[in-house]
Amino acid sequence: MKKFIASLLVAASACLTAISPAQASGTSLALDKFPTEKLQDTAALQRGAQLFVNYCLNCHAAAFMRFNRLKDIGLTDQQIKDNLLFTTEKVGDLMTVSMNARQAKEWLGATPPDLTVIARSRASHAGTGADYLYTYLRTYYRDETKATGWNNLAFPSVGMPHVLWELQGERRAVFEEVKDPHDPNKVTHVFKSFEQTKPGKLSAQEFDSAVGDLVAYLQWMGEPNQGLRVKLGVWVLLFLAVFTVIAWRLNAAFWKDVK
Amino acid sequence: MAEFKVAPPDASAGEKLLTWVDNRFPASKLYKEHLSEYYAPKNFNFWYFFGSLALLVLVIQIVTGIFLVMHYKPDAALAFASVEYIMRDVPWGWLIRYMHSTGASAFFVVVYLHMYRGLIYGSYRSPRELVWVFGCAIFLALMAEAFMGYLLPWGQMSFWGAQVIVNLFAAVPFVGPDLALLIRGDFVVSDATLNRFFSFHVIAVPLILIGLVAAHIIALHEVGSNNPDGVEIKAKKDPKTGHPLDGIPFHPYYSVHDLLGVTVFLMAFTGVIFFAPEFGGYFLEYNNFIPADPFKTPPHIAPVWYFTPFYSMLRATTDVMINVLVGIIGLAAVVTFLKGNLPSKAKLAVLVGAVVVCGLLKTFDAKFWGVVVMGGAVIILFFLPWLDRSPVKSIRYRPSWNKALYAVFVVFFLVLGYLGIQPPSDIGTLVAQVGTLFYFGFFLLMPWWSQIGEFKPVPDRVTFKPH
Repeated sequence: MKKFIASLLVAASACLTAISPAQASGTSLALDKFPTEKLQDTAALQRGAQLFVNYCLNCHAAAFMRFNRLKDIGLTDQQIKDNLLFTTEKVGDLMTVSMNARQAKEWLGATPPDLTVIARSRASHAGTGADYLYTYLRTYYRDETKATGWNNLAFPSVGMPHVLWELQGERRAVFEEVKDPHDPNKVTHVFKSFEQTKPGKLSAQEFDSAVGDLVAYLQWMGEPNQGLRVKLGVWVLLFLAVFTVIAWRLNAAFWKDVK
Repeated sequence: MAEFKVAPPDASAGEKLLTWVDNRFPASKLYKEHLSEYYAPKNFNFWYFFGSLALLVLVIQIVTGIFLVMHYKPDAALAFASVEYIMRDVPWGWLIRYMHSTGASAFFVVVYLHMYRGLIYGSYRSPRELVWVFGCAIFLALMAEAFMGYLLPWGQMSFWGAQVIVNLFAAVPFVGPDLALLIRGDFVVSDATLNRFFSFHVIAVPLILIGLVAAHIIALHEVGSNNPDGVEIKAKKDPKTGHPLDGIPFHPYYSVHDLLGVTVFLMAFTGVIFFAPEFGGYFLEYNNFIPADPFKTPPHIAPVWYFTPFYSMLRATTDVMINVLVGIIGLAAVVTFLKGNLPSKAKLAVLVGAVVVCGLLKTFDAKFWGVVVMGGAVIILFFLPWLDRSPVKSIRYRPSWNKALYAVFVVFFLVLGYLGIQPPSDIGTLVAQVGTLFYFGFFLLMPWWSQIGEFKPVPDRVTFKPH
């Protein structure tokens, strides 16, 4: 019987390790790794909040997020009021935008998605939602064939222009024609590299770091309790470990009578 | 009617109160029958934790559900936001919600293991048929409960998952479209659907579930628990006490034993809640963090993991599969006609029946038969007590090759589950078709294969090593 259970467990684990997560993101681009240490860095989260309010929170809302939640990343009510409140008076308000869905559709062609839980929704087998956003916000390039003049590697023909262009400057993407190894008559258009055409306010490293801050903020905003959750989890597991030992000895004490 | 008892004059206040209650309600009697004098076999192993764990998860789901309903809004315009409100603004709301979402998956984990235990030790065999039948009804109610609960967060997967499954009912001949309309309350999944699913999820189905769980436990305590040896412990009783020799009172022995199971289970359960509440997109699907949008179909719609084995069987039922089924039924009918040990009238009836079934299979759409296969995969479990003709209950005393057969059954079930998560592919469909045939073959051919082979002698008493 033991062997039987063991063989079942082996079979089950073999099946489970073969399973890749349920959702595919639809892009074949290998995602860059988001620097996760930024999630523990309060200053990075605060800089990310500032970038978010300045660059995102005009078209995109974060309608489930309250401004005063930013106190969790070390800001005070006064700092929030002075630096981050543009569209509303009260720090207890939600991060909404004044543009409604119909106007957005008319002016931008599509309603920009709400960003409150965007980091959670963009996870896939290719990487976490943060990895996707970190890659997406860093792979914009100039493309005159598009209505906005911009295109993106992670999200081809994206509707959103490069809102961070003044920070990054302008880049051109260099593509190569590569013969398909399976079909000699076919050539595929493969991305090779970016070429800076106009400098931005930030250097390449500074820009990567700024996007990292912004993505850290988006990741945090998706679940503001995530830090507390993990911290609490450690204590819960420690408690249960002790309780398991007690339950185990209690069980043994009773069962020694059973012959 | 019980005798009216009088507490002795020097009895304590507690004793007097209990006597007063016992004269009006069988409190002590119930306690004895179900706990302190319910004799359970002493040789339960690891597999016997999952019944009490299922009860624990049911309680967790009900209690967390009560608190979620205090803040949730069953309104298409507000539902998604109200869930995020619970996750952010309600004190400890995130914990309650994660307990409920993880609890849904944990429920299926423990229930699948609990059912498998019953399968390998023959716990469904006489006289425990009704215990098993009530259990299958619980499983069916649980599937309905989970399906309707999944719509409530009103994310993309909630919406499109419900859309796909409700549309399946539209494949039923003649009444299908009206049936789907009746379920949705609208022509698409909408506010009306959300409201009725909410009503079913928080009132109707939980009431049915609790009633069935009560029936399951009452039936079990009437006949007594089976055990890994499949030996009836009531057959050997202590002549002095009249208690089974291999039985021990449920309380305290199994209450402390189950407590150990509970602590270990809770470590796994809270591990998921605190460290991986999405569980890699399996417990909370990533797409469900996007609000439902009736105008944007996700590229790939996958049900939650616990439905995927059955969903795979649905997808496996293609036109090719129908032809294979027609072939199998035809062959079985011809063999019965030529070789069967039946009166000639019965043989003729089998032949006519097979022709009718094959005609129906070819008349209606494969999609409809897919629904029948998916539903049949669950319904067939109800008949297990009458399909198994093995002279012994437990797998321990069955022919050795039975173990391999059960292992293949488990592997196919897991593979079907895996394929149900994946986008359809040619090879995947083929494997799922083989798996579906194996699943049904396992049950439908059980009256024959369960009698074949060399059975080991079943001991008189249970095998038990003192701890």
